[in-house]
Amino acid sequence: MATFTLPKNSKIGTGKTYKAEPGAKNVKAFKIYRFDPDTGENPRYDTYEVDLDKCGPMVLDALIKIKNETDTTLTFRRSCREGICGSCAMNIDGMNTLACLKPIEEVKKDVRITPLPHMPVVKDLVPDLSQIYAQLRSVEPWLKSDTAPPPDGERLQSKEERAKLDGLWECILCFCCSTSCPSYWWNGDRYLGPAVLLQAYRWIADSRDEATGERLDNLEDPFRLYRCHTIMNCTATCPKGLNPAKAIGSIKQMLVERQG
Amino acid sequence: MSEQNSAVRLQSALGRVRGLGSAKGGTHHWWAQRVTSIALLPLSLWFILSVAGHTGSTHAEILAWIGHPFNAVLLLSFIAISFHHAAAGMQVVLEDYVRGEMQRMVSILAVKALCWILGLLAALSVLRIAL
Repeated sequence: MATFTLPKNSKIGTGKTYKAEPGAKNVKAFKIYRFDPDTGENPRYDTYEVDLDKCGPMVLDALIKIKNETDTTLTFRRSCREGICGSCAMNIDGMNTLACLKPIEEVKKDVRITPLPHMPVVKDLVPDLSQIYAQLRSVEPWLKSDTAPPPDGERLQSKEERAKLDGLWECILCFCCSTSCPSYWWNGDRYLGPAVLLQAYRWIADSRDEATGERLDNLEDPFRLYRCHTIMNCTATCPKGLNPAKAIGSIKQMLVERQG
Repeated sequence: MSEQNSAVRLQSALGRVRGLGSAKGGTHHWWAQRVTSIALLPLSLWFILSVAGHTGSTHAEILAWIGHPFNAVLLLSFIAISFHHAAAGMQVVLEDYVRGEMQRMVSILAVKALCWILGLLAALSVLRIAL
């Protein structure tokens, strides 16, 4: 059966508490998941008290402040700090989102931060994404066309054709959606998950692409596609406000359409 | 698939993900689930209202009602579609949660067999009264 509880060596203990500087008035506690594979110890929650008067507004600002000033061993991914690179995807206050887009003030109590759910953890807040990248590679997310491009310019699209890509091209591949999906948790080895299916649909919906049938063939599978049960966690959690569930629904609709 | 986790795997992530390739199926199953659920809306309503309307009826009156060709046909449709729908739904649940190719296949076949037997039993009961 699917495993519903954490294995013994994944149970999370309580770690250290790092107090705020004396005199700090606006203190918020950040309970952060810590795991170091080199120590052989179980993961733990460390608590960091942060003086919000000396910190930027977003959760990422607090993480960077903690790493710079309190504990340099805290490990997380970040790059653009403006919601376009997708690096700082993590679970904050029970919801997958981007730390750089999540205002600290939206979290009422302590800010609990864990890595993206149900992924192997490399260290602290860094999940191993190699499988999900391979899944993205497997849907061949690039233009496939047998018709040569016009010699004097780019491949053209009408405004209507281009409009079909809206709500798809904005995906930044942070994988908040896939890692929020129970179907992806239970069957992530075969189910492609919402992020990858949205990317697949981005090319299916592209009028310049000529491999639509081949792409649909590749997805038509009880596990690759049909593990989606329209749970909608993907759409609820997407930090970019996209709708992967709708994209998956469109793929299913096309598969029925082509039956005749 | 879980048993693979313990074995040493040097196969590339892409090789594992591509696996045995696409089954090129599942659409019929998914579509049939939707169609049967829509068909069951009016049929279930009709069935519930009819049974509720017969509270207090005698055995002979119930037999006469089932024996009426219109009712018998609707009852047979209700039986066939609801067991089809139940089997399809249970299959999805088992595919979601049961680990191991063998266990998954055996449990799905067992559920389908049970649905066939119960469905045929129910259909035969209606036919014996109606014919």
